[in-house]
Amino acid sequence: MSQKHATLLVLAALIALSPLFFPSGYYYRIGALMFVNALAVTGIVILTGYAGQISLGHAGFAGIGGYACALAPVHWCLPPALAVVLGAAISAVLAWLVGRPILRLKGYYLGVASLGFGILVAMVLNNERWLTKGPDGIEVPDLGLRGLLKDVGLDLSNGEFWYGLTGIALLVGAWLALNLYHSPTGRALRALHGSEVAAGTVGIDVARVKLQAFVISAVYASVAGSLLALQNKFITPDVAGFMHSIEMVTMAVLGGVGSVPGAVIGAGILTLLPQVLTVFADYEQVILGLVMMLVMIFLPQGLVPSVLRKLRGKDE
Amino acid sequence: MSLLEIQGLGISFGGLKAVQDVSFKVEPGEIVSVIGPNGAGKTTLFNMISGVYQPGAGRVVLDGQDVTGMEPFRLAARGMSRTFQNLQIFQNMTVLENAASGFHLRERGPVLADLLNLPGARRRARAAEAGARALLARVGLERAADRQAGNLSYGSLKRLEIARALALQPKVLLLDEPAAGCNAVETEEIDRLIAEVAASGTAILLVEHDMKMVMRISNHIVVLDHGEKIAEGAPLEVSRNPAVIAAYLGTEEATHADG
Repeated sequence: MSQKHATLLVLAALIALSPLFFPSGYYYRIGALMFVNALAVTGIVILTGYAGQISLGHAGFAGIGGYACALAPVHWCLPPALAVVLGAAISAVLAWLVGRPILRLKGYYLGVASLGFGILVAMVLNNERWLTKGPDGIEVPDLGLRGLLKDVGLDLSNGEFWYGLTGIALLVGAWLALNLYHSPTGRALRALHGSEVAAGTVGIDVARVKLQAFVISAVYASVAGSLLALQNKFITPDVAGFMHSIEMVTMAVLGGVGSVPGAVIGAGILTLLPQVLTVFADYEQVILGLVMMLVMIFLPQGLVPSVLRKLRGKDE
Repeated sequence: MSLLEIQGLGISFGGLKAVQDVSFKVEPGEIVSVIGPNGAGKTTLFNMISGVYQPGAGRVVLDGQDVTGMEPFRLAARGMSRTFQNLQIFQNMTVLENAASGFHLRERGPVLADLLNLPGARRRARAAEAGARALLARVGLERAADRQAGNLSYGSLKRLEIARALALQPKVLLLDEPAAGCNAVETEEIDRLIAEVAASGTAILLVEHDMKMVMRISNHIVVLDHGEKIAEGAPLEVSRNPAVIAAYLGTEEATHADG
């Protein structure tokens, strides 16, 4: 209980105080990017860390969330804020449709099915030019909230605004995920992760709770995709691409897939690292791969759980 | 009508009849043991009764309702729970959480309430934890409540698994070799626990190799050999049955012949 509040407090403090050390306005943008990634990865933590299920197509949901914000305001005159909700709803329904037949099976079928789903979404976004304008991407309307804030006397720069908004979104996402962890549903998810057979004998409808986790994590990815699109005011089909799906899983695994702080740190590092590594230009990918390998070899549980264990000693 | 009725249950694996036409009854508060030489089909029978395998023939009737081949989580809701020969513990959770997960059917609620940590969700989680603590005390694990389940001794895990199954307040509890791998002291503890549970009205169906334990605590014994029921009755009766003695002595020869 107290651990949950401590985690949230530390996260809130980090978000609020980091700008004091920003050398330039550019860092607000990197911060916002980090928070959006961390939000999507928090969804992966629920799916993979709590429930032990693997998705290789979560970028598909990010794509749906992103393009909902690009298309719904233009075609249906929906306010962008509601487009976020619409995207989340579509993602939830699609996750339910994809997950329902698949999650009755044991094993890694979800990984393959979600991979196919992600590729399908990316293909549609690339090819249906009449709607999505294809691989070159499409403009996304302004959220409009910054103007409203300005009217009530809160004049923020674009960078500051998005830093704040995505930071709040991450805090809410982390709060929900931590609530879930200790709740009856979270306990059921972690139980089936431990042993599906035993989960059945205590009355857990394994297929059903897995589906719940998949839908929840899809909504996380969708909202993250929406925030990314709104922030950039532009979106390309890459957001739904396979590489983005892999990136999400990698961030979760790097930080420690079972923990919400792990999601934040994994997302933080893998968002920052490419910025730092631009100095090394051609070797950026090599260094990134090497870091991943070293972490997996020496800290197979991921950064946060491994470091925590070292700090606590071996008494656990 | 009995609490649990096994009627002509049978299953084949690729032409091999693993279990054939087994019938018996279990009454509330009774301890019924299924014994037999290795490979007699005891665990297969258990897996059919508990919904892990679909029986090829026969019926399982629980409390007057046909529950044949029903999935384990549905059986749990109808009052049947079980433990496993090769422990099935949630190693990734604490001892308390393991026991609390047994309250799933009573503590579950809307996911949205759980996500938002609404008072109802908090109340449900607290009730499950309180219940779990009481159960841990009952099996002598209250001091281990906050430890990772994976760090417990084998005997403790056996008791934890029973505690988790008891959380469901089952009408019938299936125990698959609860004392396997336990030392004499641990066996005696489990022994006592089973007797207590039965005394509280829960029917117990037991598969066990420890013959001394079986003879001591069972009200009724069903003997399987080569997938068929060869004898049934009170412990003394069964131990004197020539067919049973032959089955147990005969296995050694058969094993030698096979090997």
